[in-house]
Order: sequence, then structure tokens, then C-alpha cells
Amino acid sequence: MLSIKNLQVKLEDEDKQILKGVNLEIEPGKVHAIMGPNGSGKSTLSYVLSGKGGYEVTAGGATMLGDDILEMEPEERAAAGLFLAFQYPVEIPGVGNMTFLRTALNAQKKARGEAELNAAEFLKLVRAKAKDLKIDADMLKRPVNVGFSGGEKKRNEILQMALLEPKMCILDETDSGLDVDAMKLVSEGVNALRSEGRSFLVITHYQRLLDHIKPDYVHIMADGRIIETGGPELALEVENNGYADLLAKVA
Amino acid sequence: MAAPVKDPSLTDSILARHAAPAKASHWAEATRNDARARLLATGAPVRRDEYWRYTDPAPLTADEATDCPPLEPETSPVFDDVDALRLVFVDGVFAPDLSDEAAMDGVEIQPLSEALNADIHWAKDLYGALEAAGQTPVARPLAALNTAVAADGFVIRATGIAPKPVHLRYLHREDRSDVVIRHLVRVEEGASVTILENGQAASRFNKVMEIDVANNGACHHIRAQGRDHDRLAATHLFARLGTESNFKSFTLTVNGRLTRNEAVIEFTGDDAVGHIAGCCIGDGTFHHDDTVFVTHGSLNCESRQVFKKVLKNGATGVFQGKILVKEGAQKTDGYQISQALLLDEDSEFNAKPELEIYADDVACSHGSTCGAVDETALFYLRSRGVPLKEAQDMMVLAFVDEAVQEIEDDQIADEIRSRIGQWLERRST
Repeated sequence: MLSIKNLQVKLEDEDKQILKGVNLEIEPGKVHAIMGPNGSGKSTLSYVLSGKGGYEVTAGGATMLGDDILEMEPEERAAAGLFLAFQYPVEIPGVGNMTFLRTALNAQKKARGEAELNAAEFLKLVRAKAKDLKIDADMLKRPVNVGFSGGEKKRNEILQMALLEPKMCILDETDSGLDVDAMKLVSEGVNALRSEGRSFLVITHYQRLLDHIKPDYVHIMADGRIIETGGPELALEVENNGYADLLAKVA
Repeated sequence: MAAPVKDPSLTDSILARHAAPAKASHWAEATRNDARARLLATGAPVRRDEYWRYTDPAPLTADEATDCPPLEPETSPVFDDVDALRLVFVDGVFAPDLSDEAAMDGVEIQPLSEALNADIHWAKDLYGALEAAGQTPVARPLAALNTAVAADGFVIRATGIAPKPVHLRYLHREDRSDVVIRHLVRVEEGASVTILENGQAASRFNKVMEIDVANNGACHHIRAQGRDHDRLAATHLFARLGTESNFKSFTLTVNGRLTRNEAVIEFTGDDAVGHIAGCCIGDGTFHHDDTVFVTHGSLNCESRQVFKKVLKNGATGVFQGKILVKEGAQKTDGYQISQALLLDEDSEFNAKPELEIYADDVACSHGSTCGAVDETALFYLRSRGVPLKEAQDMMVLAFVDEAVQEIEDDQIADEIRSRIGQWLERRST
């Protein structure tokens, strides 16, 4: 699904190397988790994959289903099936949530040569998906993320994911700012989307999220590299012992 | 401070370039003579006037209007779908054959040329009065010029609830038409009327509208200034608002080499609401100036000024907005926001927000910002599959919406939104 080879990335505006050779293979249907201390490059990895500006790829690359995604515009990556659930979903005053969701869905369908949904079809679809995530009609009517609580913003991210049905989902600290109930709700939303043809890359600081979204693999990232890969037990080890032991091992 | 020394010949020439209007009745001639005297006293506007610091008035006072070939007529002009009483002008001359019959329940409508020759008691007292009052503390010489020479326009008096809007449409056919139009609107107690205006009007257009809203009256004004690239316009709106009256005005401006829209609003009765809003989008040779003066002279009134400008390829936007709260005008709620979205680094926005407050129990706020499209929001939209151009357009529409929301009628507000959307689509390159 997603293949990252020796990916090296620096900031565009300053001489600061963030990723120093990341290698990662994600197979269809699998859930990979990345954990790591602050500043290890986890969020940068998600931004570079989804096409945010301000970064420069200095070596290596990334392909999704064989296509070089780093050459694509952000909207082309989205239409190809890549989705990033933001750590900090962006508030956009003046743009209605419904207008936004419909524009995004139809733009992707158009890019893929599929039939666009009319207003009635879309409304039916979005209502059904919103109900599962306990998103009420009022939230759909408001401007994108404006006045949403932290939990509402994250639920809105998962709603977008459910509507857009991407193939490769990257979740960047989706658990941050969530209380226990909200985390459960969001996790259920994610788990409902798990399928053979859809892969996940879950970036998190805490093992707790991985109790809800059970990963197939856990990677530890530090200083711009993946330093350790294992099963779910690796997350438990981090939870119990911190990163010190793992960092000491590679130092 | 001494008044700037002005070149009197410029004032003479802006008066001389308009044909003397046909002689009217005694009161109308007196009003014209007073206006002429006001204009001669203040002189034609020049760049060194503080009030014209950001907008060069030279094209507005030059001997000849610029060459502005009219665009092809639109297939679906603005407000065409609105059920309204339509009054059409061609290069500033009322065209009865293109217009509806000027009659409607609850509204009296007369061409200005007739009204100035008749003995209409309310019009006699009002015509030119708001313009004259609006000359202090800041001179508005082009409005005085309008009073001195205007011969065409409408006198509209709402005596009840108007069942549909009065729509003034200005067609432009001559390459060098130099047009003066004058309207007078009086909304009687408890009455209400909506006035729509659209059209290119002329190569050079000088228009004044005086609106007097009596107690409990309501007047909504929506205008779309378009579309010809080289047209020039100087317009003035003078509104006087009585007790518990409601006044809202919105203007959309696209294209045009030079537009200066002045609005002078005075609260004379308590508990009134007056909103003035505008949205302009300009590309290239485009200079748009909104100059607003709101005076609170009564208790517990609410004023809002909401102006949004979208500028690209060297377009220039200007906002001069003032709220004056007189002594004793307690509980005033005054709000003013002027914002520009610069789509590139060649464009320019000049803003001069002013508050002058002589009462101690008021809430007045103002804000002015100028910036580019929010890159973070743009990336968020694109990351969901919205193509760059579409995402930018969504951001532009979102930016202007606070102004568009000032339009009370939802159908008209939606039409304005879709017009802006179409403009953005046409300018996709």
C-alpha cells in the first residue's frame, strides 16, 4: 500500500534535517503505529506524505500503490486515496461544513472519473455517517471546525475519513485532547473502517489509543529514523519503561 | 488650519462640463444655486485634500470621461430573477420604454425631472438637504456638483410596506458617457422599501442617493456595480435615520478603473439600526475606495460597517471609515471592520479607521486587517481533495461572507454569492 524508502527531509527555510532516512512498508489491510518522543519527526512524516509545503525531500521517496506520491499535489494524493487526520484540525470561518464535505467528496470523485453525488444523495450519506459518530445536524451546519470542542474536531476528522473512504489513512495524534469517552467513540469510528483494502498509520504518544485501535505493528521513531519495530507488545514496553532503554540501545 | 488653496478654474470646469439642467421650479433652482455655491466654496477635490489622500480624484474631475467601450449586454443581468419594479436608465437618461410603469402599492414614484417642476411639499424640504448637511465636517464637492446639475433620477416615497423592491438599472451604451443621476427616497413612518441598483451606468458616473427614513421605517439597499473595465464612478449615499428605524445597505463592486463610494449616515432618532457593507473584487487596473462617515446623535443606536476587499494583480483598495459619537449619544453600539485579502504581492490596501467619541457609555470597536489566503486552511482543503483553485475560491467566498450576510433577503444574498463565484471562475488564470 505505502512504501517509504530512505526518506530524508529538511525544512525548506532553514538548514535543519528532520527525517534522516525513514523506511516503512505498509501492506494492505494492516495497521501500523508509530510512537516516539517529541521532536522525533512523526508529524513531519505525516505532513510530507500528505503534501504540506515548507519541507524539502533531500533523498529517498514514498510510493502509494506504486505511484510516486511525493510528486503529486495534495489534492491528487487525496484523490488517489491518501488521508491525513490532522492533529490540529483547521478552523475555516465562512466555509460551511456541509459545503466543504460535499465539495471534497465530489472533487475526489471527479478526479477519479466517478459520478458526483447530488445534494439529496450526499445529504443521505452524510447523515448516516454522522449518526454513527454522534455528530449532530448543528455541527454539520456550522463553519468547518469553528466553535467545535477538541473532541468534536477529531470526530469531524473521522467523519471526513468515513465519507471519503480513503485507502491509506494517517492519523496524527488523533487521541490528543480527547477524554476517555471521546477516544472510545473515535476509535470505534476508525475500527469500523478497518478492512482488507485499507491501511492505517497511527501516530501516537500513548499506548492507550492502541488498546482501542489494535495495531499489527508498532514502530519507534527517534531523531528522524525508525529505530525499532515490533508487535503490540512494543507499545506496552514503552508505556512501562519509557523511551530511555530503546534510545540507549541505538546510541 | 488654512484651507488648501485650490485652482478655481478646475471647479468652474467640472460645473461647465455638464449641460445646464432645464429650468425647474423656484425651490429647485434655489437648491441648485445653494449647491453650486457650496461647490465653489469648497472647490473641486484634489489629491492634496486629506480626504482624497489615497484616491486620486483627477480622473473624476478631468474635462473628459475616459474612453470606456461598454461590454456586451449580459445574458442574465444581476437581479433579473428578482420580482421588482424595474426602472431603466440608458447612459443616465430614464428610458420609460424599457421600464415598468412607475407605480406600485405603498410607494409613490416620480421622475426627478417632473418632481423638480412640481410642488411636492416633502421633496421640496428634503431634496439636497441631506447632501448639504453631509458637507460638514468633511466637504463632499462631487455630491454638491450632483445637486447643482442633476436632471434625471427618481423621487421615491414609501407610504406603506412596498410589496416588491424598486430596481434601478443603469445601462451603458456610449463610449464616453458622462452621467449624473440623483435619487431621493423618503420612507414614511412605519413604511418599508427595498431599493436595488445595478449596471455599468456610464464611462463616468456621478450618482447621489438621499434616503430619509422616518420613525419605525425600514429601507434596504442592495447594489451591484459592474462590470466595464474602464468605467469611473463617484457615488454618495446620504441616509438619515429616525427613531427605531432600520437601514441596511450592501454594495458589490467588480471591475472598474476607479470607484469611490461615499456613505454618510446620521442617526437622529433613538433605538435605530444602520448597517453599511461592501464587498469588492478587483483584478489589475482597479481602484476601489469606500469612504464612510457614521454620526450617532441619539440614544441606543446600532451601527455596523463591514467592508471586504479581494485584490489581485496590482489592484488597490481604500477604506476610510469614521464613527462619530456626539455628546449625549449614550448606549451607542458602533462596529467597524475593514479587511483586505491580497491574492498576490502587487496589490495594495489602505485603511483609515477613525473613532471620535464624546459620550461615556458607548461600545465602539473597529478592526482592519490585510493579508494573504491562510495557507494552513488552504492545505487542509486540498488535503481533502479540493483542487487548489477551488480551495482558493472557497477561501475568498468565506472571506467576503461577513459582508454578504448583511443582505437581509436570502435569495438576493445567494445571488450575490453566486455572482462572486462566477467572477472567480472567470478569473481562473
